Amino acid sequence: MPAGRDTSSPPAAHRLNHALREAGFAALIAIGLSFPILALGAEPDINNQLALQTRWSWMFTAAVLIGSARFFAVMLDSSRARLLAIAGLLCTAFGFGTWYFAGIADPKIVGGTIAAGVLAMLAAFPADKPEKNAHSAAKTPARPATNLSSTAASLFSAAGIGALIAFPLAMLWWFGSAGSLKWINNYGIQILIFVMLGWGLNIVVGLAGLLDLGYVAFYAVGAYTYALLATQFDLSFWICLPLAGIMAAFWGILLGFPVLRLRGDYLALVTLAFGEIIHLVLTNWSDLTNGEAGILSIPRVTFFGIPFTAGEDGFAHLFGLQFSPIHRTIFLFYLILALALITNFATLRLRRLPIGRAWEALREDEIACRSLGINTTNTKLTAFALGAMFGGFAGSFFAVRQGFINPNSFTFMESAWILAIVVLGGMGSQIGVALAAIVMVGGTEALRELDFLKQLFGQDFNPVQYRMLIFGLAMVLMMIWRPRGFVSTRTPSIFLKERKAVAADLVGEGHG
Amino acid sequence: MRWQSDPLLHVEHLTMRFGGILAVNDLSFTAGRGDITALIGPNGAGKTTVFNCITGFYKPTEGRIAFARDGRAADADVAALTQTSKRHGRSASGDIYLLERMPDFEISAQAKVARTFQNIRLFQGMTVLENLIVAQHNPLMQASGWTLLGLLGVGPYRARERDAIEKAKFWLNKINLLERADDAAGDLPYGDQRRLEIARAMCMDPVLLCLDEPAAGLNPRETADLNTLLCMLRDEQNTSLLLIEHDMNVVMQISDHVVVLDYGTKIADGAPAAIRSDPKVIAAYLGVADEEEAQAVAGDRT
Repeated sequence: MPAGRDTSSPPAAHRLNHALREAGFAALIAIGLSFPILALGAEPDINNQLALQTRWSWMFTAAVLIGSARFFAVMLDSSRARLLAIAGLLCTAFGFGTWYFAGIADPKIVGGTIAAGVLAMLAAFPADKPEKNAHSAAKTPARPATNLSSTAASLFSAAGIGALIAFPLAMLWWFGSAGSLKWINNYGIQILIFVMLGWGLNIVVGLAGLLDLGYVAFYAVGAYTYALLATQFDLSFWICLPLAGIMAAFWGILLGFPVLRLRGDYLALVTLAFGEIIHLVLTNWSDLTNGEAGILSIPRVTFFGIPFTAGEDGFAHLFGLQFSPIHRTIFLFYLILALALITNFATLRLRRLPIGRAWEALREDEIACRSLGINTTNTKLTAFALGAMFGGFAGSFFAVRQGFINPNSFTFMESAWILAIVVLGGMGSQIGVALAAIVMVGGTEALRELDFLKQLFGQDFNPVQYRMLIFGLAMVLMMIWRPRGFVSTRTPSIFLKERKAVAADLVGEGHG
Repeated sequence: MRWQSDPLLHVEHLTMRFGGILAVNDLSFTAGRGDITALIGPNGAGKTTVFNCITGFYKPTEGRIAFARDGRAADADVAALTQTSKRHGRSASGDIYLLERMPDFEISAQAKVARTFQNIRLFQGMTVLENLIVAQHNPLMQASGWTLLGLLGVGPYRARERDAIEKAKFWLNKINLLERADDAAGDLPYGDQRRLEIARAMCMDPVLLCLDEPAAGLNPRETADLNTLLCMLRDEQNTSLLLIEHDMNVVMQISDHVVVLDYGTKIADGAPAAIRSDPKVIAAYLGVADEEEAQAVAGDRT
């Protein structure tokens, strides 16, 4: 535990001195330890005999990284600021790494990552505020407000939404029409789908406390509803979207009835089975779903009726643009962004309505709910229905984006992935779930970018293959350090004087 | 003798069996409107089982629990309602409910019977204020147009929510917890949690409030405060109380009517002064087996 954690923190100059000394010491230890491992390497020479080679740059990189990390650890008090600084450090190192080791000289990538990393490191210092611990604060009311003021929070979310709206245009400007496809599609759209699914599942798991391991079933219902209605009845996406939501909500209620009396492991098992049943029905009911082969040539998304084609009546021609497939991708990005934001705002609003409070009360204590005249049956069913509805919306978006669906997109792995996002983000926290989706989905995609690791581990090394290993490890570490997810505190839905976050250890986890 | 002249709750021939165990055996008693009725008895006498039957958490094996919510109900009206399959009927003075036919949440929502629990059941992770707002779920749900209007931001929900906060503030003031309204309920000390649970039940505007050992774990000072609070509920709020209590200071000081249970059977029923000197009660509490000895003890006391 660094000295800076003391309540009486030392003067700034003294602290800087201390931090530099600590950092130097850590770097020296790093050099000492890494000298035999990193700096000296034995590699076969032309005669196939082992020869000693020196890799000083590796050793110094390790020393600089470890020294800087120690510096930040001593200088910064709050874990949030430390996390930011370390992330910035890694980002900078990644930028240098691509340039120095992998020889990628594209100034946009190298400069961009390094600049972002340095910015993050600098931002860590103003972001460094005393640790927010609502639990202890509640016991000593003399301490000042323990949470972000609501104006700062709303500014933050406005900035976040603005950044998301600007994202595809920035990518387009930065990487050009062809290069930006990967960023908007693989990162932007893919992450937003999982953000939306995470927010939808958050209603069931995070708010109502009902563990649902078969959430992907509703995603599948939404996708197949759109695919079948569009291919068989020629209905447009905008008509199918609400129908898909209603259909998924209907199946949510259908799942809800048998599981009303179940708790914990039993609830998890039945929802898991439900997901499998839907998957098997989609696979085997070939007359309706075309089985494993799936549904092909699902009508693609149109700009409110104007198709994204190169022809006369296409989007590009009508708006006087040069045709490019990126237009459709950008439109899809804004579509899923809008859907995700609707999910978010609906959830935030529901939390302040009696139904949302009843969900949270249900998670805390079901018997007390019944003693207060809350119909727990209806409360659970609405949670399942609304959660499923948002899953259904996401599903129909998935179908219109892919243009092709088959049952293999809706396996248990997807359910587990969505649940992991909710748990990792912190059950019930909207921002936490979004962060977790970025880390998990974005992280998977980012593994594809780590080509420079081939320089370290050889040409056969494919970082994507280590995806599950890395996430398994990350999950274990998270459960050790932050067992309740990124955002573990609960924000009250209403307050008299000030909004104090509720400590995680008081918040119930539901019966599942 | 309001439990005879104007009974609110009629428990008649209530029997509750769990497998081979007879927890409550043919119990009949009434609770008067505006009274504090105490249900006492040694551990395991079946008091909490009676509570759970009245509030719908258990379905009684046999018996009738009639609740004349608004005013004295004629026996003929109750008998007529019993003949039908309905849960709820009307008499000249207002609504009658047959509680043994109703699910738990309807008993609290419609019949206006609220309860607290022996082991406190607050929503620990929600704030004190949120606990009191959740208790007003049903009127707020209606004001939010069963969520639809509230989601769109139209309708009277905002105004009704403000009213709900006012009501919560009123009760927080009564239990001296206004300062802690924004703290998590689980952060409160034990005594405050007990009082908060009572305030939460009162936010439902109950006609009858059932308190399961409200003084358990309280120190003498807190117990005295609790007595004042309970008397206030009866005198100012016109709420009838039914309480299970082991603390005889509470029972004898504030109750108007005491019902004594032992092994699921009623052994005494009457005003506190009469109960105090009842030989059967003393025998049950002191564990005296011999009838003569019990009478001897009773003779010493009086």
